Order: sequence, then C-alpha cells, then structure tokens
Amino acid sequence: MDRVWELRSEFAEGLWATLWLAGAGLVIGGLLGLIIGTGLYVSRQRGIVPSRPVSVVLNVLVNFMRPIPFILLAIALQPISRYFGISGIGNGHALVAIVFASAFGISRIVEQNLVAVDPGVLEAARAMGASRWRVIWSVLLPEALGPLILGFTYALVAIVDMTAIVGVVGADSLGKVALTYGLKQFDWTVTAVAILLVILIVQIGQFAGNAAARKVMRR
Amino acid sequence: MSLIELKGVSKTFPPTRKGGEPVHAVRDVDLSIESGEIVGIVGYSGAGKSTLVRLVNALEPTTSGSLLVDGTDLTTLRERQLQKVRLDIGMIFQQFNLLGSRTVWGNVAYPLEVAKVPKAEQQQRISDLLHFVGLADKAHAWPEELSGGQKQRVGIARALATSPKILLADEATSALDPETTVDVLRLLKKVNAELGITIVVITHEMEVVKSIADRVVVMEEGRVVEHGDVFDIFSRPAHPATQRFVATLVDDVPDAAALEALRRRHPGRLVTLSFLDESVSQSAVFAELIRRGIEFELVFGGIEDVRGRTFGHLTVELRGDASAVDEAIAAVGALVETREVA
Ligand SMILES: Nc1ncnc2c1ncn2[C@@H]1O[C@H](COP(=O)(O)OP(=O)(O)OP(=O)(O)O)[C@@H](O)[C@H]1O
Ligand SMILES: [Mg+2]
Repeated sequence: MDRVWELRSEFAEGLWATLWLAGAGLVIGGLLGLIIGTGLYVSRQRGIVPSRPVSVVLNVLVNFMRPIPFILLAIALQPISRYFGISGIGNGHALVAIVFASAFGISRIVEQNLVAVDPGVLEAARAMGASRWRVIWSVLLPEALGPLILGFTYALVAIVDMTAIVGVVGADSLGKVALTYGLKQFDWTVTAVAILLVILIVQIGQFAGNAAARKVMRR
Repeated sequence: MSLIELKGVSKTFPPTRKGGEPVHAVRDVDLSIESGEIVGIVGYSGAGKSTLVRLVNALEPTTSGSLLVDGTDLTTLRERQLQKVRLDIGMIFQQFNLLGSRTVWGNVAYPLEVAKVPKAEQQQRISDLLHFVGLADKAHAWPEELSGGQKQRVGIARALATSPKILLADEATSALDPETTVDVLRLLKKVNAELGITIVVITHEMEVVKSIADRVVVMEEGRVVEHGDVFDIFSRPAHPATQRFVATLVDDVPDAAALEALRRRHPGRLVTLSFLDESVSQSAVFAELIRRGIEFELVFGGIEDVRGRTFGHLTVELRGDASAVDEAIAAVGALVETREVA
C-alpha cells in the first residue's frame, strides 16, 4: 500500500486522464454515433427519409469499422492523428481512437433504439404538418430518449474499457498506471487499486445513467 | 364546390419484396365530400380505407388522378406546401398516437408549435381545447396515466388545435369499449355541429356509421363499390359487401337457415313486407289483410331507426283460402314492397 501512496500523483493523473478521455469520448463519440445512428434509421426503406444509397454506404461503413479490435484500431489510426497534427502517442491520439471506435459502436445502439419508436407517433407528427427534419428532432429522438440514455450508459462501460487500452499508445490513463507500475513490476496492489478506480467510475456512470433514464421514462 | 374531391384517384405501392406484386391499394376512386358533412368509409381489412385518407392529407402521394382539397390540387404541391395543407386537416388514430415524451398539454401544444403560433396564444388555445374535450383537469397528466377514451379526447383536442376544416378519423373508436365509443362519437358530433368541421370516419363498425354518418362510402379491394345517404344504405343496400355490413347491425330478414326453421312451425305462406320509407303505415297493410279476412301472424322482423327515420322488414305468415291469399298478396304489394320468401 505504501507503493500506492508513493504513486499518488501518477494515480491522480491517471484518474484525471481516464475521466476526461471517457467523458470527452462519450460526448463526441456519442454525438457522432447519434448522427450516424439516426442516419441509419431514417434512410431505411419506409424510413422518414428513405435513401438506398445513404443506407448502403452507412451500413457498409459501420459494419466495416465495428469488428476491428480496438487495440488494432488504436494503432492503425496513428497516421490519421498525425495527419491532423496530433502525435500518434499520448492523450490526443487516444481520444481520436476512442471517438472513432465509440461513434460506430454507438451508432448501432442508437439505430436499435430508434427502431423501437412507434411509427404511428411519427405519422401523427407528419399529419400535424411537421417537416421530416422536425419529426426527427422533436418526436423521434425525444420518444427514444430513455432507452437512448441507457444505451449511452452501456457504451460508457465500453469507453472506460478503451481508456485502459489506450495506455498502450501512451495515454496517461489508469490503464497506463496499471500497466507501467502494476503489471510490469508485478505489483498486484497497484494493479488492484487501478482496477478498483475503474470499477468505481463505471459504477457511478451506470448509477447516473439509470437514474436519468428512470426520470425520463417515468418508471 | 366540394371540400374534398377525388377524381380517378389510384394508389399503387411498389412490391414489398423483390419479384413480388405491386399492391393496388386504391383504384380509380371518384368521391366528393361536402363541407360540414360526416362521411363514413367502411370496408373490410385491406380495402384501402387508411390509404385513401392518407392520400387526402398527403401523407402518401397519389399514383394517378386528381385530388382537390378546398380547391387546391394536392398532386401539384411540393412537400413544404403540403405541410401547410396538413395543418388544415386534423387526424385521429386507432392507437391514439400520443407523444409519450409530452404531457397532455404538450401534446396539444405540438401542432401549435409546428404552426409557429406565439406562446401566449398557445396557452389560451390549449386551455380552450382541453375544456372543449372535457379534460381540463388532466392538462399535466402523462399519456400513460389516461384511459383509452381520455387518450382519444387528447387526440381530438390535438387534431383541432390548428382549427382545421377537416378531421380524419381512422378507426378512432376501434380500440375503445362500447360505452367509451359512444362518448367519443358524441364528442365528434359536437365537433361537427359546433365547429362546423367536416369529418371523415373510417370504420368497420356499422354501429359507428349509423350513429354519426350522414353519408356512407363502401370500399372493397381499393374501389368504392357503393355510396349514398346513410338511410338509403341501411334500408336498401345494393352491393353484396354493403349488404354484409348492414346485416351485422340489421337482422330483420330471415336467412336460409332461419327460413327453414320458420317453415317447420308455419305452414302458411311466408311473405316479407319491406317498409322502406314512412309513406306507408303498417296499420294500412294490416287493415287490408283484416278486411280480406286473411289470418296472419308476424313471424320475423324488426324496425330500425336510422338518424330519426325508420325502416323495417316484417315477415308474416298468411293463412286462408288460397285464392283469397293470392289476392291479398297482390293488394298488399300495391301498398308496400312485398316478397314471398317461402
Ligand atoms: N406503405 C405500404 N406499402 C405497401 N403496401 C401497403 C402500404 N400501405 C398499405 N399497403 C397495402 O394496401 C392495402 C390497403 O391497405 P389499407 O391499410 O389502406 O387498408 P384498410 O382498409 O385501412 O385496412 P384495415 O381495416 O386493416 O386498416 C393492403 O393490401 C396493404 O397491405
Ligand atoms: Mg386501416
């Protein structure tokens, strides 16, 4: 335990990096995922804005990206980060990789939850003179809000998991702390504390997500 | 000019599966609906009723034909202009389709937001509407806290929010129990009478048609097979589909099985008398039979009241001297539609 105390500044840095990587990853990746997922849903046959080409392109893209294991993606994306002037090693690139992976993952979660919205309600909104665009933001998304929050909460767990993995590409997350000071130096206490901190983050996130969803869904 | 006018309107959906057949949901329909009337559209499942009304508020484009609503040909308008037209056409649904993400108040506010009505005006309008449908005390309830009848009242308030000229009701009472159905129909009548809104009700329940429609349109396989004044349709249904629908409510002419049973008990001649308008009184017919010394007995029948007018079919057994009965049938036939049934 003394060792953990000695490493307190590393732990603090790791905790902080994990929090902002996960937070920023969830917000940016979530937003992109929401856009792609909504695109997947509305472009479907008999969707709100049916478009076969859009639907095919989005589906192929998502199906191509999603199966790539995150650790490989994090490395494969390094040239792209560099292209945008971000070092391939460190927190900046880690965020790029997390946003990229979570956007495609979340897009399917979003699509699934939108499919569950009663089409009758969308039709009613159209019958009341709403434009397709208005139907999307004022009916479709609000009607799916509760399940979407639960979906994003579910995604948060995966994202926190990613923040640990990006330790490999030099991000200063708890993953790196565990890797550098725990696993490599066979210090199980350090590893265990890092893991506990990650579990704590996930627990708090899950609790907050559940509470928010319950409030929105009123049950 | 009619408020809604369809001329040769057809709607064909492309095949839902590759290599499937296209679906001719509406075929060559001519139909005029006048301002202020309540028109019932009946037909079996798949007859094209919902598709027809979805053409009227341009939720689906027509495949061919012309469709005028309040003088504007919808087939020539662009989406932006159609959105304006839809504000003038309210619609209510079998499953109510309330927004679960909004309270009763928020649901009624929705079309007003779409129409960009100023906030202050919205408040007054919503409050008036909720009073009109009798739900002022439920303004802040969520949809799931309401009964079916209350949900439909919210649906009606919401549909009326932008003061439309037309209200389309697609099976609006089919998910409700009989008592609640009567309440909602009463509200629709009030909408028609007090606000002068033209109402198109789609239904497969003749009870609904009988209670509120002025006119009936019968559809089968995408076509309008019969239409007319509600009394005429009930008293003299011509098309087999119409006859089947009317028979669900009016059961005053014995069918083959009933006739056979009657025959066993009644050896005399069985004659069905049809009183289809109020010009001939039953007493005149009975007086005629009595005058001729014919013994008679009422064996089957009923009198229906359709919106204050009555019609009926009475099947009587006539007994007496054979030639006297012949003469009596001829004499009665001069007074009222008479048909010997067995
Ligand atoms: N969007 C669509 N795409 C393809 N076919 C459709 C579509 N909408 C309706 N149809 C078909 O058109 C026909 C008429 O359907 P419609 O819903 O108008 O019937 P309906 O008279 O309202 O029946 P119900 O009493 O069951 O509501 C049916 O065969 C239906 O399958
Ligand atoms: Mg229907």
